Amino acid sequence: MESGALVEIRDLAVWYRVYGGLLKVLDGVNLTVASGQRVGIVGETGCGKTTTMKAILRILPRNAVLPRGEVMFQGRKVLGMRGRELQELRGQGVAMIFQDPTAALNPVFTVGQQIMEVIKYARAGGGPRERRLMALSALKEAALPDPERIMENYPFQLSGGMRQRVCIAMALATARTLLIADEPTTNLDVTIQDQVLRLMRRLVQEKGTSLILITHSLGVAREMTDLVYVMYAGTMVEVAPTDELFESPLHPYTVGLLRSIPKLTGGGIAEGVPGRIPNYADPPAGCRFAPRCSRAMAICSERKPEFFDTGGVGHRVACWLFAAGGGAVV
Amino acid sequence: MGLGRFIVRRLALSLLVLAGLSVLIFLIARVVPGDPARQALGPRAPEWAVENLRKEMNLDKPLHVQYYLWVKGLLQGDLGKSLLTRRPVVDDIKEFLPATCEIVVFSALVMAIGGILLGVLSASYPNSWFDNLVRVVAYLGIVTPSFVWAVVFVLIFGYIWPILPVVGRLEMGVEAPPVFTGFLLLDSLIFGKYEAFGDALRHLILPSVALALGGMAQAARITRSSLMENMGRDYALAQVAYGIPWRVILTKYLLKPSLIPTVSVMALDIAALFANAFLVELVFNYPGISGYGIRAMLNKDLNAITGVIMVLGVIFTAVNIIVDLVVAYLDPRVRLLGGSQGG
Repeated sequence: MESGALVEIRDLAVWYRVYGGLLKVLDGVNLTVASGQRVGIVGETGCGKTTTMKAILRILPRNAVLPRGEVMFQGRKVLGMRGRELQELRGQGVAMIFQDPTAALNPVFTVGQQIMEVIKYARAGGGPRERRLMALSALKEAALPDPERIMENYPFQLSGGMRQRVCIAMALATARTLLIADEPTTNLDVTIQDQVLRLMRRLVQEKGTSLILITHSLGVAREMTDLVYVMYAGTMVEVAPTDELFESPLHPYTVGLLRSIPKLTGGGIAEGVPGRIPNYADPPAGCRFAPRCSRAMAICSERKPEFFDTGGVGHRVACWLFAAGGGAVV
Repeated sequence: MGLGRFIVRRLALSLLVLAGLSVLIFLIARVVPGDPARQALGPRAPEWAVENLRKEMNLDKPLHVQYYLWVKGLLQGDLGKSLLTRRPVVDDIKEFLPATCEIVVFSALVMAIGGILLGVLSASYPNSWFDNLVRVVAYLGIVTPSFVWAVVFVLIFGYIWPILPVVGRLEMGVEAPPVFTGFLLLDSLIFGKYEAFGDALRHLILPSVALALGGMAQAARITRSSLMENMGRDYALAQVAYGIPWRVILTKYLLKPSLIPTVSVMALDIAALFANAFLVELVFNYPGISGYGIRAMLNKDLNAITGVIMVLGVIFTAVNIIVDLVVAYLDPRVRLLGGSQGG
């Protein structure tokens, strides 16, 4: 394990027990987040981004099975945590912002009650009065007007953008080491998206919080992160510093993904990546992208490629095309 | 919308409902075939006596005049005389209503506390043996009418394992308190008759539980299913992710929204308790208003029928208003928007 890594996920597999079998969703995920880093994870809907994040917080559904792999947070094994250690991880270590702020807030409790409960279990110290002040200042930091009033509001009295700001305030009301944002702007209006992202970027920077941003928008990833992981069907296929990835993508899937961005300057509908994510009940034996890949070779459907080093610093790709070039051990 | 306006609006609506009920019950009682005066005096009474009674009861006047006179009496607290007991209906109701109210209030408590508790426990250990047991018992509870439970209870506690009384409100030999409110429990407390209080309480247990089981089972099922539904929502997951203990999430953040459907259904169940109370009162030989009402109907005792139904109508609307207030407390969308917006 690299020293200084905040989060280190090694060869993580997560399966879901369902009626009639197993869905092998995550198949050997590797992910490293250094302290203070802002990491993006991009990929299609259903490729396992959220499952990976839930594994970090140990909030996977009951039917999840973890056959192999390890998740480390600040050098401690998350999967073996119990009781107090787990409570500390969730209460003080990692905060998560969900995709739909409407669903992520309890409809029958006021914003204030909900934020103060989070502060309470973050063990930030102090009594109810102090918790109230912390909640108020968190709302103010999240650029919400009239925090006093919003404390007394119920979620349904706020707009979608305000709800997501409330969620951000909740996540960052107390000091956190890592913030996980799971498509935080997907459900918001385009104009609001930008404001919310900017707010998040500012707060993360000010507080020195590390960030994992899940998104299927490459534009958002480019603007918000230092490092991007590209995920496909339960595996990481490529990782590179953000600028490097956009300038010289290597994996055929990444290339297709970048091509599928509609350009404002014309050119019509983008090419995209033909085909769909494989069936998790019976995934391809080798590289999971092989059936959709226009450059697939014989080995691709037989053996799963490891991460190979490429020429670029910190740029690695899981594709047999680059096995020889990088000189990696197979 | 403020709470004050909410209550005023509900009260106004209730008055309208009660006015409608008064017309309806007045007409129905009179449309039913059979001459109440003849029935009261028996087949051998001479025609002039029957005629006199008809006059006395205003039955010889046109319907709208009868209604006017009846409502006038009603507003003055006079429900007329019962043909059956030959006493003012008001006095009869005063005697019988408190007994039924005691059973119904107790049943409602058993129903609410037991139902919610079982629902929460079931949802805490979904698909465990306990959950399955509750499920089976709940189905039994829902499909079995309360009088069957009453008979079963009498059998068990009257013959096989006589640890609880199965007849009446008080054991013979226990000194009853003077009648002040009519509520035996209250009266015995007021006058310091603790032996009577304990005995009356013991007499309440079986009838109330028999009456409550159906509604309790229903409440347990609904509480469990809405808890399970809310558990799957993001806000529950978010709270787990924030390190809030599951016990707190379940009993506070999930229970509050989950109780909304439970409470709404319970309102209907509580109203139904009065109806079901009749058979249970019969089985336990417990002198209550439901039994009185049925006797009145069988004998076409006009004033008693209309009186009992109006009183029950008032109680129903009151229960409904209380339940609406509870729902408004639980659901801010109802309180602040004046209507529920789903989920």
